[in-house]
Amino acid sequence: MTLVVSDQSTGTQSSEAVLVLDSVSRSFGSRPALTDLSLSVPRGSISVLLGPYGAGKTTAIRIITGALPPTSGSVRVFGHDPATDGESVRSRCGVVSAKPALYERLSGRDNLEYSAALYGLDPRAAPIDAAAQRFGIQPALADKVGGYSTGMKTRLALARAVLHNPDLLLLDEPTSGLDPESSVAVLELVRSLAGDGKTVVMCTHLLLEAEGLADHVVVMHDGTTVVGGAPDELVHRFFPRSEVVVETVAQLRTEQLAALPGVAHFDRGTDATVATVRFEVESPTHIPALVAELVKRGAAVTAVSPFRPTLEDLYFASRGVARGQMIDVRTTPAAPANAGTSGTRSGAAA
Amino acid sequence: MSTSKFNIGRARTVCRTDLRQLTQAKDFWVPMAVMGMIFYVVLPFLLLGSLSALGNAAGGSASKVGQVLQILPQATREAIPDKLPSGKTVTDSARAAYALAVYLFASLAVVVPITVGNAVAASAIVGERERGTGEFLAHSPAHESEIYAGKLVASFLPGYLSTLVGFGCYALLVNVIVGPQVGGWFFPTRTWWVLMLWVIPAFIALTLSVVVRVSGRVSSTTAAHQISGLVSIPAVVVSYGLSSQGLAKGIGTTVLAGAFLWVCAAVSLAQGMRRLRRWRLLGVAIDA
Repeated sequence: MTLVVSDQSTGTQSSEAVLVLDSVSRSFGSRPALTDLSLSVPRGSISVLLGPYGAGKTTAIRIITGALPPTSGSVRVFGHDPATDGESVRSRCGVVSAKPALYERLSGRDNLEYSAALYGLDPRAAPIDAAAQRFGIQPALADKVGGYSTGMKTRLALARAVLHNPDLLLLDEPTSGLDPESSVAVLELVRSLAGDGKTVVMCTHLLLEAEGLADHVVVMHDGTTVVGGAPDELVHRFFPRSEVVVETVAQLRTEQLAALPGVAHFDRGTDATVATVRFEVESPTHIPALVAELVKRGAAVTAVSPFRPTLEDLYFASRGVARGQMIDVRTTPAAPANAGTSGTRSGAAA
Repeated sequence: MSTSKFNIGRARTVCRTDLRQLTQAKDFWVPMAVMGMIFYVVLPFLLLGSLSALGNAAGGSASKVGQVLQILPQATREAIPDKLPSGKTVTDSARAAYALAVYLFASLAVVVPITVGNAVAASAIVGERERGTGEFLAHSPAHESEIYAGKLVASFLPGYLSTLVGFGCYALLVNVIVGPQVGGWFFPTRTWWVLMLWVIPAFIALTLSVVVRVSGRVSSTTAAHQISGLVSIPAVVVSYGLSSQGLAKGIGTTVLAGAFLWVCAAVSLAQGMRRLRRWRLLGVAIDA
C-alpha cells in the first residue's frame, strides 16, 4: 500500500510541489532498499525523513537528484524527471551527504571553488566568502580540509550546498558525528535556510532533530514508509484523544481509577515509585470533572499537566502500527482505534 | 542517463581539480619522478656511457659491438652514419651507441607515460567512490561524459608531460654522450618527433580510456590497479613493437600507426563517455 505525504494538510496546491515521488522503489539485487515510496513536498517547507539506519532515506535522496535511478515508479523534481533531465534538477539542488564528501587534500576555498565551477558560477565571482562566513568557517578557508574537525567539515559541506543558491536542499544526516553544540548550530542554520524560502528535505534518525523543525514528517522503516504528514496532523491521528498526566502524593488504587467520567484509557506505567497516571479523555472538557472525581475519591493531587506527544512518541506509535499493517492516509483518515497504544498501557476505564 | 550537451568547462573543472590534488600528493609524484629519472637519464647514461667507453678500449670488445649492428635491418644500418664530416670513419661502438639511442630505447617513450597515467587513471572513479567524494560528483550537474573526459585528461597530462620532460632530458643526454662521436647533435630524429607528438599520445589516450572505464566498474582502487596492470603490460609490448617498427621503417609507417591508434582511442573514448553510469560514483552495488 502507498502512503502519501500530501501537501493538502497545508492547503498548498499540488502544482506548487517541488518534489513528487510516486510509488518509487529501488532494489539492490534481490534486496529492496526502497519500496513504494510516494511523497509530495511543497515549496518552502521542511520535510524530514525519519527512520533508523537502513530505512532507505539516503536511497531516497539519491533518487531525487537522479544519482541513482529508481527500479520502478516516477520522480518529478521541479517538474523534471531527474533520470532524463538530471542537469536541470541537480543544478537547482544543494546536497549535504551523510559523509561530507570533501576533497581533503584541497583547501576549503578550493572545495568551494570547485563546486562553484561545476554549478556554472564563476569561482572568482561566487559568494564563497559570504557562504563561508554564514557557516562560520571563513577563517579556515585557506587550510586543507584534511585538518578540519568533523563540525567544520559539516559546515563547509553546508556552505558548499548553498553556494549556488539552490531551491531545494537535501540534507542527509547533517548532524551525524557532531557534538551537541554544533548540532544545534547546524539545525539553526537549516531553519534559517528554510526561512529564506528554500525547500528542505532532511534525513535523520534523531527524533529530537525533527522536533520543532519539520513541517512534514515521513517515518520510514526497512525501505518502506510507515506514515507521513504534518506533525500536528500525525499527532492528532495517532493520539486522537486529549491526554492528561495527574501526579499524586501516593499511588492511586485500582478502585480509585474505576469508572472515571470521560476517561477512555489510563496508564499507571510500570514504575511503582512514581505516583503518576496518564489519562486519555474523550474531550478536554472532561478534565475538570476527572480531577474533581479523583479528589473526591481521596487522591492527593499535586499536579495536572497536559500530555503532549513528542515525535518520539509518534515514531514508536507509528512503528507499532507498521509492524501489523500499513496505513493508507488517503483512504484511512483516522488511525485504527488502538493506534498509539504501547505496552505500558495497562487498563481501560469501565 | 541524461541527454544534455557536453559542457567542456565542467570537464576542464574536473580535470583541473584532479590535477590540483595530484600536485598535493607528494607520495604519488616523487616515486613517479624517480622512475622517470631512471628510465630517461640513469639507464641511458649507463648504457650509452659504457658503449662510448668501449670505443676507446682495445679492439676486441669494440669489434664485438660492431657485430651486433649486423642484426639490424639493412635500412636501419644504412641510416646510421659511418663517416664524420672530417672524413674519418665512425667507430663501431659509436655506431652501436647511435643505434641504441635511436632504435632500441623506444620503449622508454612508452613505459613511463603508461605507468604514470595508469597510476592516476586506475583510481579516477573508484578513488572518488572510496573517499566518499563521488557522492558530491554524483549529485552535481556535471554529466557523466564530462566527468569521464575530465578524469581521462587528468590522467593523460601527467603521463604525457613527464614523457616530454623525460624526452628532453634523454635528447640532451644522447647528444652530449653520442653526438661528438657521430659528427654532432642528431637527436631527436624526424621519426622520433612523430613518435613523441603523434604516436605516443594516441597510445596513452587509448590505454587510459580503457583504464578509466575499468576504474568505474571495479569495487576498489586495489582491484583497479591490478586490472590496469593487466591492460598496461600488453599495451607496453604492443607499443614497443609499433614504435620500433615505426623507427626502423620510417616516418610513413609511424604516421600510419599513430593514425590507427588515434582512431582506436577515439572509439574507446566515445564508448567510455557513453557507458559511465552516475551511480558508479556512489558506494552502491546496484546489481548486487
